[in-house]
Amino acid sequence: MAEISKAGLSGFLARQGIIVAFAVFMIVFAIANPRFIDIDNISGVIRSSAILGVMALGVTFVVIGGNLDLSVGSMMSFSTIVVLDLHDKIGPALAIPAMFGMTLCLGAFIGFLVGYLKLNSLIVTLGMLSAIHGLTLTYSGGQNMDIADKRGTWFNVFGQGDIIGIPIPILMFALLAAGLGVVLSRTAFGRKVYAVGGNGTAAVFSGIPRARIVFLTYLMSSFCVAMAGLMQASRSLGSQNTVGQGLELEVLAAVILGGASLLGGSGTIFKTVIGVLILGFIQNGLLLMGLAFYAQYVVTWVIIILAVWLDIAAKRGRLLSPIA
Amino acid sequence: MSNINRTDLIKQGAIWAFIAVELAFFSIAGKFLSVTDATFMDPENMLLLLKQSAPIGIIALGMTIVMINGNIDLSVGAIFAMSAVILLDSMGWAWMQSLGVWSIPISWGLALLTGVVLGAINGLIVWKTGVDAFIVTLGSMLGYRGLVFMYNGEQPTSHLNWTLVDFAEARFLGLHTATWFLLVVALILWLVMTRTVHGRNAYAIGNNREAAVNAGIRVGPHFLWNFMLIGFLSALSAVVFYSESGSVNPNDGMLYELWAITAVVLGGTKLTGGYGSIISTLGGVIAIQLLRKGLGHIGSDTETVNLVIGLILIAVLFLDRQLNRKGKEELRV
Repeated sequence: MAEISKAGLSGFLARQGIIVAFAVFMIVFAIANPRFIDIDNISGVIRSSAILGVMALGVTFVVIGGNLDLSVGSMMSFSTIVVLDLHDKIGPALAIPAMFGMTLCLGAFIGFLVGYLKLNSLIVTLGMLSAIHGLTLTYSGGQNMDIADKRGTWFNVFGQGDIIGIPIPILMFALLAAGLGVVLSRTAFGRKVYAVGGNGTAAVFSGIPRARIVFLTYLMSSFCVAMAGLMQASRSLGSQNTVGQGLELEVLAAVILGGASLLGGSGTIFKTVIGVLILGFIQNGLLLMGLAFYAQYVVTWVIIILAVWLDIAAKRGRLLSPIA
Repeated sequence: MSNINRTDLIKQGAIWAFIAVELAFFSIAGKFLSVTDATFMDPENMLLLLKQSAPIGIIALGMTIVMINGNIDLSVGAIFAMSAVILLDSMGWAWMQSLGVWSIPISWGLALLTGVVLGAINGLIVWKTGVDAFIVTLGSMLGYRGLVFMYNGEQPTSHLNWTLVDFAEARFLGLHTATWFLLVVALILWLVMTRTVHGRNAYAIGNNREAAVNAGIRVGPHFLWNFMLIGFLSALSAVVFYSESGSVNPNDGMLYELWAITAVVLGGTKLTGGYGSIISTLGGVIAIQLLRKGLGHIGSDTETVNLVIGLILIAVLFLDRQLNRKGKEELRV
């Protein structure tokens, strides 16, 4: 009990470092500015992180499966634009399932290319980033999309409503995180995702259908993107074509910050949620300290590098890389 | 042996064949669909095309070397913007104004230095921490963009220097200044990659890093040099472009990394490293610009170009894999 060995401590830090860092970070900011831990502030931060967070949940599956998804940002723009357009044409009750169907088709296409055709996921999703952006612009004709009657619709409930004081975006994020967390850690499918990402060849030899698992991870990712698009559309009831531009990298940053390895096979939903919250609270904390909005980018950069560096330094047992 | 050479030939020639097909298609389709009477193959139009491909092209040439190494650089767009801001802002400083025409080389130097320093930061982190270049440059892409915004807020930075504009719009032997920069950079990098030890090491490291280390190649400094090189080229691209336009928005250069990577992959460079050529990348750059211009010429929306390029990128990846698989099977036989 008294003897916590040094190796044990560093091992603990390597495994749970992100949570420790999060705790330290919150305490420092709370001391610097008590307003930071105000309940309204905290709820506001989680609420504005919810859209990014929902997308990060899906990408976590893809990354654990050993692939990347850079197309989520432009796919989110697509679903936002589509649902807003269909809202006025066929009504919200039909528009939402139609948008989910179309977004899932895009996810299935990517999943087919990466899973069954075994193409490099970085380039495929890079190509899809561009292709879906083009698709969105073609669909909307380059115009901004707005709902005609903003007051007479119940559509805004997903982005602006609340149940017993809890904002619905937070509720959706929490429920989805809990649900996907169970899927990843408690089901056979979840175990197979880890197996495919950890060692694909070994997974195939033990009878896991690698292609189908990868396909399903992309389907889950596009489902989460559709959810995020719904929340975004419902929050603003109008949108530009580029609403999701650049989000793919912030999503990836959150997932990496949560400790998922880009090589696949590691990461959890819980840690991704922590990663998302860290990004959100950094942004908020720096603003409260009076720093420029864009300083958060620089701080995020430093934190991502440090997080990944310390992670691999703990694994190899020395701080600096052995490359000559 | 001859089989392997043939596969290589197909791979090297594919991009040029693709360009020829594009030219033929847009010339013929343009006759029926074009909104104007101008012919697509007009020499003036083609020269303009070369000029317009210079900014992405110069970056893509550097990206080729980094990708042959087996690394990637996602921060080039942000470095491009930062160098452009330094270039235009420094020309407005009071002591620089007093120098007259001499302020031009100094501000060029400052901009290029910015690029080299930002690239060196990337390279040092990759070398010393051993973190994957993808993550390192993903982070610095955010970080450098943050620096650009912190420098001047969301305001555009502008400074028009007419001497500079004249220089940028000048033509020598019919080619624009920007085209000359593109061609000279391509020539130098081609010489570096095919005729020097540094180039040979780049291929060796990309092929098999362990073997390269065992062969006594100092991989870390090699990475550092290449990241400094791509930083320099991103800055050079900014210098060439903004000398003429004279105004930079803090969002400029966004998605340049994607265009550059697309050009490099179209040119047949392998993502895993160890294979690729400067000349083919030049072909990839021209192919993309041709597609952009051609689609505009036959009257389709400019938005369609994103769709088409994305799908072509995926198709190239598919074909490349089929071609490689075929090569392997022949080898086994």
